[in-house]
Amino acid sequence: MTASPPKRLAGVHGPLPANAELVIVGGGIMGLALAYNLAVRGQKGVVVLEASYLASGASGRNGGGLRQQWSTEMNIRLMQESLEICGGFARDMGINVWMRQGGYLFLMRTAETRAQIERNIALQNRCDVPTRLIGTDEARRLVPELAADQFLAASYNPTDAVVFPWPFLWGYAGAASRHGVRIHTDTPVTAIERRANDYLLTTARGTIAAPRVVNAAGAWSPRVAALLGLTLPDWPARHEILSTEPLKPFLAPMVSVLESGLYVSQSTRGELVGGITMHEAKTNDIQLGSRLAFLGAMARGLVEVMPLLGEVKVVRQWAGPYDLTSDGNPIVGEAPGWPGFFLCCGFMGHGFMMAPVVAKYYALHLLGRETHPLFDRWRLSRFAEGATEAEGMIIG
Amino acid sequence: MPRKLILCRCEDVTADDVAHAVAAGFQSLEEVKRYTGFGTGPCQGKECLVPVALAVARASGTPVTALRPFTARAPLSPTALKQFAALEEESERG
Repeated sequence: MTASPPKRLAGVHGPLPANAELVIVGGGIMGLALAYNLAVRGQKGVVVLEASYLASGASGRNGGGLRQQWSTEMNIRLMQESLEICGGFARDMGINVWMRQGGYLFLMRTAETRAQIERNIALQNRCDVPTRLIGTDEARRLVPELAADQFLAASYNPTDAVVFPWPFLWGYAGAASRHGVRIHTDTPVTAIERRANDYLLTTARGTIAAPRVVNAAGAWSPRVAALLGLTLPDWPARHEILSTEPLKPFLAPMVSVLESGLYVSQSTRGELVGGITMHEAKTNDIQLGSRLAFLGAMARGLVEVMPLLGEVKVVRQWAGPYDLTSDGNPIVGEAPGWPGFFLCCGFMGHGFMMAPVVAKYYALHLLGRETHPLFDRWRLSRFAEGATEAEGMIIG
Repeated sequence: MPRKLILCRCEDVTADDVAHAVAAGFQSLEEVKRYTGFGTGPCQGKECLVPVALAVARASGTPVTALRPFTARAPLSPTALKQFAALEEESERG
């Protein structure tokens, strides 16, 4: 059997065109999904510049969770729609994303956490997300391996899901390329100059000018903005994760402990994949090194929750950067004072699950067809104005 | 090279899979690792990195010496969670 020639799924290495209508800095899930959503609606001249390879940043390093259990109505509704897009992604893009809708089980130890989660659940239910507060007996029925007695209760939504992150990037990249987007990898931007009617971007592979630029560089976005003299309030934070040897499928939901930030799910390959909150000093450095301290903390956390897992072997650990903001919400829209320079960053380590829906509304916004309340709620100026609304469900 | 020749035994990645990845535009070993899954099993590339690098070089026309190995990941060999769980928190600093 001879397979048909494969579709191009990766970026290109080559000289840049001199001009573009719109340049997206950052070839992660946000940048690629935005490029696709623009091109599929007829936008010409979209160029994506990625400093490394596709999936090299946080989009290729996350746990692949898709959940609707959020604490603000906007995030809940956005994630409902994002999950719907993800459900059709394999069909629409022709690539398997290994999506598995096994639910999310959030375990809690304190009455204080429970009070907050009860408020979240009421809000989620008003949005038609079928989350329920369940007791430890029911949690144990869902996951018999759980040492459930140490917990007070759990929050369970059966319609949350996990995916394999990498094919999302290739799916968006391939479809965007087929719609005329040029994706240049290994093309770091080293300077940005604001000119009368456009921005001139200098890269390792030549210069490109465009009237509109979108900064979708994730944890690197403050550095990209700084090239222009624009200071952004988001900062990078290392989050570590590990993967075990593959096991027979046994764990249906993503299991997470709210107080420790531990999360673990079983991928469709059978591996357990998970992380835990490690408290670190705030820094502007992007640190991607792996530490033994993480393996210790994660192993203790996992074995405490599911004692049987002590015998399971860790195969690999790695790290990725969260892109944090002080109120737990992203930064989007045109930067005040910088006409044509747009921001799409600060997604708090949860941008992967948000990207399919955010990119859709971002494309409609840029095309002038429709604007979404997120452009008001998540505007950069809210920090200076003190008009923030905190999101409480940031995990990991 | 026989197309069904297995280059990564942990993840059953064949010479044909590697050629397919290169044809889809993946150029570096980091990218080919992510697309094919080679090097993500119990050996973590200790057996398969060189044979896959040679296959990528052959498929892409890149000299093998121009290819960089992917980032090695700890632990050195698969290790039980209980052994990490038994570590003293104090000895983990740094």
